Amino acid sequence: MFNKILIANRGEIALRVIYACRELGIKTVAVYSQADEHSLHVRFADEDVCIGPARSLDSYLNVPAIISAAEITGADAIHPGYGFLSESAYLAEVCEACHIRFIGPYPNVIRLMGDKARARRAMKKAGVPILPGSDGPMQNEAQAIEVAKELGYPVIIKAVAGGGGRGMRVARNAEELPKLLKTATREAEAAFGVGDVYLEKYVESPRHIEVQVLGDHHGNVVHLGERECSIQRRHQKLIEEAPSVGLSQKQRRRLGSAVVDAARAVQYTNAGTFEFLMDPLGRFYFLEANTRLQVEHPVTEFVTGIDIVKEQILIAAGKRLSVKQGDIEFRGHAIECRVNAEDPETFVPSPGIIHAFSVPGGPGVRVDSYAHSECTVSPYYDSLVAKIITYGRDRAEAIARMRRTLEMTVVDGIKTTIPLHLKILADPDFVAGRLSTAFMDRFLKEREKPAGSLAESA
Amino acid sequence: MPERLDGRLTHMNLDDIRDVLALVREHDLVELEIERDGLKIRVRKAGHPVAIMPSAVPVPPIAGPVAATPLAAAGPSGAEPIAGDGVDLAVIKSPIVGTFYRSPDPDARPFVEVGDAIRKGQVLCIIEAMKLMNEIESDCDGELAAVYVDNGRPVQFGERLFSVKIK
Repeated sequence: MFNKILIANRGEIALRVIYACRELGIKTVAVYSQADEHSLHVRFADEDVCIGPARSLDSYLNVPAIISAAEITGADAIHPGYGFLSESAYLAEVCEACHIRFIGPYPNVIRLMGDKARARRAMKKAGVPILPGSDGPMQNEAQAIEVAKELGYPVIIKAVAGGGGRGMRVARNAEELPKLLKTATREAEAAFGVGDVYLEKYVESPRHIEVQVLGDHHGNVVHLGERECSIQRRHQKLIEEAPSVGLSQKQRRRLGSAVVDAARAVQYTNAGTFEFLMDPLGRFYFLEANTRLQVEHPVTEFVTGIDIVKEQILIAAGKRLSVKQGDIEFRGHAIECRVNAEDPETFVPSPGIIHAFSVPGGPGVRVDSYAHSECTVSPYYDSLVAKIITYGRDRAEAIARMRRTLEMTVVDGIKTTIPLHLKILADPDFVAGRLSTAFMDRFLKEREKPAGSLAESA
Repeated sequence: MPERLDGRLTHMNLDDIRDVLALVREHDLVELEIERDGLKIRVRKAGHPVAIMPSAVPVPPIAGPVAATPLAAAGPSGAEPIAGDGVDLAVIKSPIVGTFYRSPDPDARPFVEVGDAIRKGQVLCIIEAMKLMNEIESDCDGELAAVYVDNGRPVQFGERLFSVKIK
């Protein structure tokens, strides 16, 4: 077992890893930028090392600084959290070269799944349904027009090296395709350094369904069920839940089993998530895989009772999975709200100092946060302040718990998206489980209508 | 509002803050951090008129293992003058994470000793990171006033290494 783990991250996820390490009796090393000097993860780690100035490139994305910090503290493993370097095959390789265990998949698997076009090909080969699309990047406009014609409009243009919604454009007919191709290519080049794009059939109003897997180094792979993450704005998730009301038990088993087969096919180890779109007819199409821990992992932890971060550490230390697929049960329902430091109407970031921070307890409530009274929410990093997760015996109870929890949460000094979450939770479509990635567009449009034509929500 | 810390009365009033701003403007600094009697004030120019960023209430010391924490941390490898008593003292801070060595190799004499004349560009120490030896140079002329880290000790970004009395 590891003696000491360095956490190459910050904020709530750094704390999350510290929780698991403390429970396992493993010492922790926090790294931090100068902006995070007083952050909780620094305070609660056994050792800490300042690795750079506030700018992420010079600190949390600074591989030499992080490796150096591991060397001077004698850390024998690095947990990369999510975001930052968590899907960096380069960091994973440097760790290997320096005899530090990277808590995640092997570099070649990270690389494979990180290349969207390669990942699609690998999944197709493994028998996973993928969205009909081009087999590789588009070489030129003429080819794109041909491919789009075969797929049938609408099609979506996506960056090969991309993510987070950038370098994406939907073309509804052959007339607009060339112009959108150029735009997407330019955006992809600017955001990811690689302008290559590929095409996919575009599904209207799909559900975003993702499956959590765990694989050990002894060939065992299990799935921990699905999460529904359809409530997104500009491809940023706002609310996630497990399980999805859109899936029957049969669909869950079949999807889970297909994902496990695919994970085995690419020799997937450690934690990962396979993302799908589900069309209104219940068909699944592979989107992409994330070779890391995800922000919304707590909802899966609630319904399965499995501590995913602990499993990551145990897997990386060479242990066999502690559960077989048959042992895994899904009970109850969990919902997570990402509370961001943003104006709930305009989404303008609202960094600053939190003067009062209070979240209620009670049954079925979990809060993952680095916030506390008099803490600084700095403008240098993402706006996530707290993840509030509730669990109930069924979806109705989870929703009721989330409402009362959000209503009784106090965050003074900055603006948060809590009022927005409360409105979404009261929306009839949300309550009925009629979710899709088109939900937020419709919801936000309706909000702009003059008062009186909008159903009043609490 | 007076604030008690360790039994001493401390406060920073508007005049003090004006002095800090004047210092930044006068020396055309990008960043200045002053710590005095437990109160810390950091001023950073970001292409805008200088603004005060009051520090949060200082975190009280925590019982238990104490890890190395950086003090006033300005730009990397930036010598920053700290005014006081007519002597200008430049603090040289580590621009990287690594292990600090005072000499080019274990048998050699240290690069510099307290009292030595220092020239801009002169190598003061080596910081080893990932098996690479990085030479750290002085960015000012003066006399070596202090060495803050023992040979072979780990250093983090922004950690105080040396101070140089500027002529």
